[in-house]
Amino acid sequence: MDPRPAITERRLAGVRRILVVTGGKGGIGKSSVAAGLALSMARAGHRVGLLDLDLSCPSAHVILGIGESTPEEDRGLVPLVAHGITFLSMASFTGERAAPIRGSETSDALLEMLAVTRWGNLDVLLVDSPPGLGDALMDMVSLLPRAEFVVVAGPSPVVLAVVRRTLDLLRRVDAPMAGLIENMRAPADPVGAIAAALDPALPVLASVEFDTGLAASVGDAERLASSTFMRQLEPAARALVPAPPNGD
Amino acid sequence: MHEWALAEAVAVAAAEVAEQEGIASAHSLEVHVGELQQIDLEAFEFGLRLICQETERLTEVVPRLVIDPARLACRRCGHQWLLADSLTALSEDEREAVHFLPEAAHAYLGCPACSSPDFETVAGRGVSIAGISA
Repeated sequence: MDPRPAITERRLAGVRRILVVTGGKGGIGKSSVAAGLALSMARAGHRVGLLDLDLSCPSAHVILGIGESTPEEDRGLVPLVAHGITFLSMASFTGERAAPIRGSETSDALLEMLAVTRWGNLDVLLVDSPPGLGDALMDMVSLLPRAEFVVVAGPSPVVLAVVRRTLDLLRRVDAPMAGLIENMRAPADPVGAIAAALDPALPVLASVEFDTGLAASVGDAERLASSTFMRQLEPAARALVPAPPNGD
Repeated sequence: MHEWALAEAVAVAAAEVAEQEGIASAHSLEVHVGELQQIDLEAFEFGLRLICQETERLTEVVPRLVIDPARLACRRCGHQWLLADSLTALSEDEREAVHFLPEAAHAYLGCPACSSPDFETVAGRGVSIAGISA
């Protein structure tokens, strides 16, 4: 018998809200949105955790300019804290090396991280999910029953087709939906056009234009924080953690 | 120590099993420890005993630890090998990474026959409860 599932909810007992940033398709900005939300919430004074669950290709640490040092070991794993964000990523264990993790090993790695990590008290834990609708997403639905899903979508018909599948799957497993973030919207397109093409009933948390300057901000949290991308993402951060900092 | 977190998981799960099976006071708890995770057995057993002493239904438990040798199988060429044969190739930092998260082994180990990092852990990955009884 695997003892780890029995402890996961206890490990997350101090976390008020768990938000999984997903969308199904690679390259639609899930990691940028997850990292941007975490940075925005932390700068607003909230206690924020960010768990990068892209086990084979983690990138949130690159976006935020967080080094790959190993978390502390104190009666469990104690995540790093950078830019006010409590942070854990597979990159802390694999560095720059490729680690082809698949099948049941994906579930094992996810479960291990949830079972031994001491997140402490957080207003919100953001989870950056990998592309695809397989192991990792289904594990999050099963292992994180409190998790709510933030769906990222772009205007491309290819992206919309994949996001529709993602929404279909999340509905079929009764996963709670926190809302939609429109990303890479063409400036000429109206706010809400991407959502309208998917599901007009989904709340639009933010509508972010394609930011040609974003790549230059990668790895520099200060520069990222002042980017157009972050300014347009901020309404989502405010909507997702509306309570005063620390619940006071 | 990370072993404490694993010991806590074992105690919580064992107490749940004891309750489900109507065991008011368990005396025997067999725990298998996979070699891949490179657990400090002394620290793990110490933590487990201490936590069990404070856990309802487990206060009288005497844990028994069994080490499972880690056996790996290459998904590319089918070769199987024992982790013990590869361990010396790992640096201290790499061992520590695998200790924290056994799946990190894919970053540092390869099949001895074809060097592929695409392998599976057939046996001996991590911690599991083999049995609990009154």
